[in-house]
Amino acid sequence: MSTLEIKDLHVSIETEQGTKEILKGVSLTISSGEKHAIMGPNGSGKSTLAATIAGHPRYEVTSGSITLDGEDVLEMEVDERARAGLFLAMQYPVEVPGVTMTNFLRTAKTAIDGEAPKIRTWTKDVKEAMAKLKIDADFANRNVNEGFSGGEKKRVEILQLELFKPKIAVLDETDSGLDIDALRVVSEGVNRAHAENNMGTLLITHYTRILNYIKPDYVHVFVDGKVAEQGGPELADELEANGYDRFLAAAA
Amino acid sequence: MTTTDEKVAGVEVGDSRISIPGMTEEGENLAASTNAAAEHSHGGLGESKEITSGAGSRANRHTGFDLAEFPQPTGREEEWRFTPVKKLAGVLSDTPTAEAGTDQEPVDYQVTEGLQGVTVGTLRDGEAPRGTVLQPADRAAVLAYRHTDQALHVRVDEDAEVTEPIRITVTGTQAGARANSHIVLEAGRHARAVFVLEHRGSADFNGNVEVKVAEGADVSVISLQRWADDAVHVGQHDAEVGSDARYKHVAVSLGGSVVRLNANFRYAGEGAEAEMYGLYFADAGQHIEHRTFVDHNTPRNSSNVLYKGALQGQTARTVWVGDVLIRKAAEGTDSYEKNQNLILTDGARADSVPNLEIETGVIEGAGHASSTGRFDENHLFYLMARGIPEKQARQLVVRGFLHEIIQKIGVASIEESLAEDLENELEIHGN
Repeated sequence: MSTLEIKDLHVSIETEQGTKEILKGVSLTISSGEKHAIMGPNGSGKSTLAATIAGHPRYEVTSGSITLDGEDVLEMEVDERARAGLFLAMQYPVEVPGVTMTNFLRTAKTAIDGEAPKIRTWTKDVKEAMAKLKIDADFANRNVNEGFSGGEKKRVEILQLELFKPKIAVLDETDSGLDIDALRVVSEGVNRAHAENNMGTLLITHYTRILNYIKPDYVHVFVDGKVAEQGGPELADELEANGYDRFLAAAA
Repeated sequence: MTTTDEKVAGVEVGDSRISIPGMTEEGENLAASTNAAAEHSHGGLGESKEITSGAGSRANRHTGFDLAEFPQPTGREEEWRFTPVKKLAGVLSDTPTAEAGTDQEPVDYQVTEGLQGVTVGTLRDGEAPRGTVLQPADRAAVLAYRHTDQALHVRVDEDAEVTEPIRITVTGTQAGARANSHIVLEAGRHARAVFVLEHRGSADFNGNVEVKVAEGADVSVISLQRWADDAVHVGQHDAEVGSDARYKHVAVSLGGSVVRLNANFRYAGEGAEAEMYGLYFADAGQHIEHRTFVDHNTPRNSSNVLYKGALQGQTARTVWVGDVLIRKAAEGTDSYEKNQNLILTDGARADSVPNLEIETGVIEGAGHASSTGRFDENHLFYLMARGIPEKQARQLVVRGFLHEIIQKIGVASIEESLAEDLENELEIHGN
């Protein structure tokens, strides 16, 4: 049982116009086995929250806290957070030239587990996980994300989610840019990882479409760097029907 | 982590974008429908920026065999302005190879012998194909031509498939002693061969290479500059690529005090694919310069140029100038060139100048890109976000960056030994 606890989080970034506060007091608690969806209009700070949890250096936490099972996440380096059990499926996965997927996956798995995986079972695990996500076998020999389509990159993010078995996963707009078939394949992968690893899942999305496949237990509406409203899955239905206007009007 | 992080999860937010691999900086792609301007040139990003101006069209650059047409450069000329010409006094002086043909000759040549379908001989001036492909484009190339009495000639027969690399090892035996060299490589129709030119030891080496690739042939020329620290090397490598042929030139420059290599090709027909790759690694005090020129002189050929460099240490200096000329006749051309430099420490300087001239709008594509900078923090972030510690992530990124070129060589033994050389280079500054 793991718990990621975010308390009154304030986050700023440096821009040419000076310091800009993006998150203005976010509190959220995600525990093993729970699925949370964060929804909100563009620019509301959803992706900032995801990047801050992962430790992206661009974001400065000015106050508040993030803890994983009581450990101070903000004190951890980016790699330590991953080894502690946090995973961020990125909205724009990065291409790393000259580093093959095989090499990358094994290196990361070794770092996360603290020991090299047994070569035979590992090769088999990778192969099976790729097949389930309908990723072509020759991707293993290609360089990380290089020349992959948007949909392929997202599948590869979920491949890592399944192989690395994090305690808490943050999925940053994993649904963006996916066609309906890819969306289903990717969602099934998330649901598998969630069920098999008793994972806590924080799903960040702009659209309700992915929630047809990944059913959230809790829905949080993000507006202007804060949680404007929380509820169950019915809140997503309401957003589907009425959009974000009601929240935006309130914020303005 | 440094402060050069300009992308948030892949979205650019900053103004001073520095991109190394991965790269959003893909330059321009001029599609066939674009009626592009006749002259088009751009500078690189990063540590230094060069916008070419007043250089004139590459089409008008003088070439020829008359030394009088190529006076001693002062360093102010467009094609010499990056080069430390004083250090080239030896190779640019009009003198024969020191004591040629005697035991005092400062270079030693070793050529793979006994390969089926391969003939090794010599060519005097006026014996074709010597002088039919290479057109000296600077003083050094004329001198190397004139002062080489017997050019080494390696010929691969028509239809011969030579599976083993044909190795030509040039070993300098006397630092500071001048050596001229002219080598003619020739592949007959539908021949397949890989030539490996390896330069070791030390000398003031002035070396021409001309490569004649006949119709349908598939030829690679791998030129390895693994000189000792005090060597000087200037060279011009020209190729003529026949119809439906494939040509690949790979230049790897790791050693030497000054290396200045011009690699060029043009076409003899249509349907050919030609590529030039380069990898260089400059340490403190080294000047490594590569100039490439792709002459799209005939229609419907493709070309690709990719040069990658790493620099470390005070005064480490690299230059890449990449010219692509798509002539009026070259309809249906598909062309791309890119240079990327990775600056590993303070005090290093990389110049990167891609020049693209397009004289016809009826082309498949023509693109160029250039970037110079430090680590891409986004690569580091991505790897670290998967649990990989920073030091290891940096190692992966740097090696990945450099190995992209090594992967192009296709000769396993060379790839392995170069990977080892790179490890030794990287160790100097703990990368």
